Amino acid sequence: MDDLLSLMRSGPRKIAVTGHFGSGKTEFAVSLAFALAAEKNADETLALCDLDIENPYFRSRERQDALRAAGVDVYSDPSDGRNGSELQTISAKIRAPLENDGCRVILDCGGDGSGAMILRQFAKYFTPGDHRLLCVVNPNRPGTDTPEKAAAHVRAIEDATGLRVTGLISNAHLIRFTTADTVREGWAFARQVETLTGVPLLAACCMRALCPALDGCGFPVFPIGMYMRDSYLDKSV
Amino acid sequence: MSKVLMKGNEAFAEAAIRAGCKCYFGYPITPQNEIPEYMSHELPKAGGAFLQAESELAAVNMAFGAAASGGRVFISTSSPGLALMQEGLGFICSAECPVVVLNVSRGGPGVGGIQPGQADYIQVTRGGYNGDAKIPVLAPAGIQECVDLIYEAFDIADKYRNPVLIFADGMMGQMMEPVELPPARGITPPEKINETKPWAITGTAQHPGRNVVYSLRLEPDVLEKHVEHLFEKYDAAAKELVRYKSMNLDEAEIVFVAFGTMSRLCAEAIELLDAQGIKAGLIRPISLWPYPDAAFDEIGPKCKVVISTELNMGQMLTDVKAAVAGRWPVGLINRTGGIVPSSLEIVERAKKLLEGVK
Repeated sequence: MDDLLSLMRSGPRKIAVTGHFGSGKTEFAVSLAFALAAEKNADETLALCDLDIENPYFRSRERQDALRAAGVDVYSDPSDGRNGSELQTISAKIRAPLENDGCRVILDCGGDGSGAMILRQFAKYFTPGDHRLLCVVNPNRPGTDTPEKAAAHVRAIEDATGLRVTGLISNAHLIRFTTADTVREGWAFARQVETLTGVPLLAACCMRALCPALDGCGFPVFPIGMYMRDSYLDKSV
Repeated sequence: MSKVLMKGNEAFAEAAIRAGCKCYFGYPITPQNEIPEYMSHELPKAGGAFLQAESELAAVNMAFGAAASGGRVFISTSSPGLALMQEGLGFICSAECPVVVLNVSRGGPGVGGIQPGQADYIQVTRGGYNGDAKIPVLAPAGIQECVDLIYEAFDIADKYRNPVLIFADGMMGQMMEPVELPPARGITPPEKINETKPWAITGTAQHPGRNVVYSLRLEPDVLEKHVEHLFEKYDAAAKELVRYKSMNLDEAEIVFVAFGTMSRLCAEAIELLDAQGIKAGLIRPISLWPYPDAAFDEIGPKCKVVISTELNMGQMLTDVKAAVAGRWPVGLINRTGGIVPSSLEIVERAKKLLEGVK
């Protein structure tokens, strides 16, 4: 099985990331953007479109300075990410990377079918085979804690977007309580979702610090950062 | 019991349901919108009633009525929404009804912004309600603690027949953490309410004669007596509800005072200062009313400065200075407008304040 980064560097240039509310889509999308940026040639363009119009906090645009410094064009709302509100507006400029055949673009959607529905207005940019629609799965969230519920969720995203989900990403985690076993169990869980939906499972996300513990685990591991979570959020008295 | 990964607002709503919440009334306002959304689909499944009110004014008065009939009642809002509820909260204090109120606060004044803020400190500890009333205020620093406090707040509200306010800032509502949810207590059936709440208006089939819950007392001597009765409760609450946590007070040169999200930043700043050879400690008030004055008596002999650290313009300073009682200089590190400082900023500003008093 190919590693996820090679897979994402080849094939369809449009990569939409969806998933259950709180599954870790944004952390995955931002990690993928940084990973693709690190591998890209100077003449390649890479963009991340933050299409989250549901959440007021923890949106990828909050990290746009670091992403832009890494060579990722970031598109979000008409205020270019300066407005802290959850107004349901997106910048018209978002069409630029979608229309630029030379640009690899990650579309970071809001949670659930309701958040993914925003892709509908860009339907003309999606024809079968020219894009990937990834669905991030985390079994530690109450709404997707059984393979059946997670599979139903994949279908709900397809219904909302009018598109087929083309790949599953396992993102089993419990933030600072995550262990290598959390990731292993998450992979086994996502395999069941794969069986139920027929959508191929592509990789399991794992925090970088835990990756060595998964050497030889037998499945592709995609290292993710903790870009969206400030370290103080895991301190307490 | 295993932990589940929950967004703060979802966990807060679930905690209320498990505490036996019978009625929830709400009006949408960011950053707490997930609470009414969650309640709208989960509370009816647990046998409770969800109603979206037409405004926060309506929500608080619906809560008043529902609490008068003895059910466990929960309302949630964010800063300007709480301002709208203040009149009703005074009525509820006067009429002695138990209600749990959650404020997931944001920046102000006015409509302000939707990023996290603590600029409701004065609003929640002093109230905008009229008259001689007090509301216990509990300020969690994380999702698990907030879940546990909401669960317990229903008992505190019942015990004192008074609203209890949970003050969590927007970051806690929006962030995610693994939580262990408490067991579901179930909703008290109507025929059992008067066993623990003989005053509740459940109908004459349930209690002998009429029960009356009211706020209006026109005779001055009757009103004075009623207020004195309320203050007997508040005096007891002031002794029984004091809560705080602290760290490194024995050794600290710098003592931060911070609640909620700011306390987590201070915990990180303390580690960074320690790496630079500067000992710092923290007092984290959990009860904002009653304020934990006693915590300040634990500050050790090495303290040079006490620093109130807040997401507002220094609204807690009055309480910090009263608790310090002139024993140490008091400084302030703050940001407002919805900006959360970095722990590095806190470190640098704390070092300057320490320099200034040496």
